Amino acid sequence: MDGAHDMGGVAGFGPVRPEPNEPVFHAEWERRAFAVTLAMAKPGGWNIDMSRFAREDRPPADYLSRSYYQIWLVGLERLMLERELLRPGEIEAGKVLRTPAPISGSLAAADVDAMLRRGGPTERETTTPARFKIGDRVRAKDIHPTTHTRLPQYVRGHVGVIELLHGCHVFPDTNAMGQGENPHWLYTVTFDGKDLWPDAADQRSRISVDAWEPYLEPADAA
Amino acid sequence: MQPLDTVAPSGLSSAIMSNHHHDDHHHGHHHDHDHSELSETELRVRALETILTQKGYVDPAALDVLIETYETKVGPRNGAQVVAKAWTDPAYRQRLLADGSAAIAELDYVGRQGEHIVVVENTPSRHNMVVCTLCSCYPWPVLGLPPVWYKSAPYRSRAVSDPRGVLHDFGFELSPETEIRVWDSTAEIRYLVLPMRPAGTDGWSAERLADLVTRDSMIGTGLPKQPHEVA
Repeated sequence: MDGAHDMGGVAGFGPVRPEPNEPVFHAEWERRAFAVTLAMAKPGGWNIDMSRFAREDRPPADYLSRSYYQIWLVGLERLMLERELLRPGEIEAGKVLRTPAPISGSLAAADVDAMLRRGGPTERETTTPARFKIGDRVRAKDIHPTTHTRLPQYVRGHVGVIELLHGCHVFPDTNAMGQGENPHWLYTVTFDGKDLWPDAADQRSRISVDAWEPYLEPADAA
Repeated sequence: MQPLDTVAPSGLSSAIMSNHHHDDHHHGHHHDHDHSELSETELRVRALETILTQKGYVDPAALDVLIETYETKVGPRNGAQVVAKAWTDPAYRQRLLADGSAAIAELDYVGRQGEHIVVVENTPSRHNMVVCTLCSCYPWPVLGLPPVWYKSAPYRSRAVSDPRGVLHDFGFELSPETEIRVWDSTAEIRYLVLPMRPAGTDGWSAERLADLVTRDSMIGTGLPKQPHEVA
């Protein structure tokens, strides 16, 4: 979706202000919000693309007015409400209001390390040959899906060059919507900064995105 | 307690729009209640954890382990070991550039948000910088959790359109001769920058070199420390 989360090239946000000796968390609630979010993935059964969509699918002013972990929280609440793992009014009441929905399992303290070490690899077996090869010129399609996508707006319609092939990876656009992993070839596509930002040609920059095959078309197609 | 969804914007000092992070959100905002926005959020998180614990969905002890892991075990010290080894072991450097995840796993840094790591090497003619314009993708096993500025709108917006300006914000002027190469982590590939080894470190051990490797030098928004900066 073309939401506020898609920030590449948006003007007006001002300078970056690094924080010296920054702590990992800035408040106790951030620690707990972070950990609850990671721990709920197992009983919740959602995937990372569903989590990202739940965070970004918000009115732009709302997205921009929240801090990072506040966005995580509203995303988590939405995922739980959708699955009736949380009921409306329960947080306000501060207690369980209805018989809890059954879950298939929760995360035990003893299993945390193994869960983190396992991670969530997204590479899948290849079943089709790659359409593009390193060095090919490709155009990022000018698509505007209203659902989840990982093709940023700032490259859409622009021509880049295939720099790396990463094998086939889970396709977020369908995975976020519960429509399956639908693995596709994943490429690093590199763009010339002069093309993306003609008014900033003195940057001498090249910028890449990682793009799944359905996001791309041959640059020289008729 | 208000539902989080209806809480008024909690002020630029905490929003993702900026990269400030203060606990005091009272400035310039009208409130018709006594609680700061922070305490609203804090109460909400406490209620959420209580409810989910009562339902048997989360185990508070597991939450403690998750927090402890990322506060004390997983952080940029890990990445510094990788970089220092690459600086002192040419065969390792080659393996690292050929297959980042596999070479990093040799040091037992594996798992969540580092399943597919690509290492990109700085040279005199090319400087690499990593961003996630869409959210906050970051190589957790080697760098830990990302800093606030990395997740903030100023960095996510300008890293791709004005990377030299971003480096300037970090007090870092890149030579006009050097190309800047920005990697936007839009998929599950995670990028780690291999900075150039500082001059004047001939004969240093990997252990000593690791003290020169800063977090920002592995994101590409900074350089390693110089020998005179460490005791």
